[in-house]
Amino acid sequence: MDRIILGLVVVVGVPAATVGYVWAFEWVLGRMSYTAAAKIRPWLWLLPAFVLLAFYLIYPGLNTIRISFMDARSTEYVGMDNYQFAFTDPAMLTAFKNNLLWLVFFTGGTVILGLVVAVLSDRVRYETLVKAIIFLPMAISYVAAGVIWKLVYDFQPAGQPQTGVINALLVSIFPNFEPKAWLFNTSFNNPALIFVGVWMWTGFCMVVLSGALKGIPQELLEAARVDGATEWQVFRGVILPLMASTIVVVTTTMVINVLKIFDIVYVMTNGLLGTEVVANRMYKEMFNFRHYGRASALAVVLLLATLPVMIVNVRRFQRQEEIR
Amino acid sequence: MSDRLQRALGRIPLHLVLLLIVLIWLVPSFGLLVSSFRPAEAISSSGWWTVFDPPTEFTLDLYEEALTAQNMGRSFINSLFITIPATIIPIMAAAFAAYAFAWLEFPGRNILFTLVVGLLVVPLQLTFIPILQLYNRVGMTGTFVGLWLAHAAYGMPFAVYLLRNSVGGLPRDLFESAYLDGASSFDIFYRIVLPLVVPAIASLVIFQFLWVWNDLLVALIFLGGNPSVAPMTVTIANLVNSLGGGWQVLTAAAFISMALPLLVFFSLQRYFVRGILAGSVKG
Repeated sequence: MDRIILGLVVVVGVPAATVGYVWAFEWVLGRMSYTAAAKIRPWLWLLPAFVLLAFYLIYPGLNTIRISFMDARSTEYVGMDNYQFAFTDPAMLTAFKNNLLWLVFFTGGTVILGLVVAVLSDRVRYETLVKAIIFLPMAISYVAAGVIWKLVYDFQPAGQPQTGVINALLVSIFPNFEPKAWLFNTSFNNPALIFVGVWMWTGFCMVVLSGALKGIPQELLEAARVDGATEWQVFRGVILPLMASTIVVVTTTMVINVLKIFDIVYVMTNGLLGTEVVANRMYKEMFNFRHYGRASALAVVLLLATLPVMIVNVRRFQRQEEIR
Repeated sequence: MSDRLQRALGRIPLHLVLLLIVLIWLVPSFGLLVSSFRPAEAISSSGWWTVFDPPTEFTLDLYEEALTAQNMGRSFINSLFITIPATIIPIMAAAFAAYAFAWLEFPGRNILFTLVVGLLVVPLQLTFIPILQLYNRVGMTGTFVGLWLAHAAYGMPFAVYLLRNSVGGLPRDLFESAYLDGASSFDIFYRIVLPLVVPAIASLVIFQFLWVWNDLLVALIFLGGNPSVAPMTVTIANLVNSLGGGWQVLTAAAFISMALPLLVFFSLQRYFVRGILAGSVKG
């Protein structure tokens, strides 16, 4: 019985509440003077989002900043010690270097491939099939993805039958190929991990970019083609400028995603053999070493690293408002 | 005729590029699928492609193991109860906020918006302890409502950000003419804004549904160990742990839990069509 009521709440109550909220506050505002209503109205539209954000992200965020100046168990203030650790510890420097690698190749790979698939698949009849296949990895849990990619990168000594797809393929094509331990050799284990990330997240970029692509009016594209533009010119001159704002959104999301990248490294190598990233190190400081001060300081460093991206975004939204 | 042939030939590189990307993307997923039909001990001892050499040994053992696990049926329903509100609440609240950020005037607009997007980077792990302390005080630990609100808040920054981009890109004429016709902001929002940003909302639904559906960490932290409210991810994790190293069952479990998000993905594809804005914008 309880579960039937719960089911009704889920399917009917929650959607009704979202509509009812706007209806109710507009009813109240309608009974006030026009200028007062205009002043209050924006805040009522913002209210639900900000109540949630305040409790679940802003309050813990501020708490994190405070703890980042304290010792391991948050009992005493230690000044900048944790930040000094973050920027001088050799393991941390490796983590920053790896995050930089991820930043360039993961962001570039996901956004460019996502754009390529969105634009190219738009022109073929099997579009949905292509998009479904690229999207599929997003629906696989990190743990299952870890299982399958360990099998892809698996390695057996030369001469023995290979159990990893890549080594098996390379050995069968080039009989003299020396099988590689993709996840253990420090000269290519980071690219190997980044490729898993690109595999998982290209579908995300593709879906969002495809949504923007479909928003471009067909008449605009036809007009350009009638004027004799080549397909490349249509892409450069019409599609790309009209998708620019969504490309920035997707790129920003991927940059932030990279700063937080954790799961892939955690399930594949757990940061061993030079594959550590900042978020994985933060997890270790928090749950393995129980040093909340250091973990918090790392989180604050990540937060500060997003500031340049934020400034670019605010400027862009201001421009959007000027021209519309 | 030769014209059409020439066009078809010109499109060959297009098909080849797509085919290449699709092949690379498919190999790991396909390997996972094949592995899920293999006996557990064979998965780690030989490559999955060897199943195509006779004697082939396919089995449904791993699926049977995953599907008959204790509480699997109930936890499927639990996952639905968790995921549906945890998808609707943040998207609606974010659409409200996106509308305010894009079209209403109020002091501190840019700073508040920067704050929201900045919250994207707050690592979830750091929010657990303060929130759990709050939850324990008000008795929300182990409740669906507690999990809905947590997921809603975690999904909020991205939802506001994406919708602010789409809602902000709508043409000003639309709002001016609706305003002149005497439409209230309720009407403007539900009759003009929402229908026109359907592609963005469709992609948000796909992702928020997927993230909540696949979430293990947040559910573990806020629901505790109570099996009567556990979603599928928790039940599967328990299954793997109780088998002691029985990670092979994850291959079958991955496909079982993937089914519904893929259904959502396919059923929302029809909103990714050209021309949603057509007719709403003049010249």
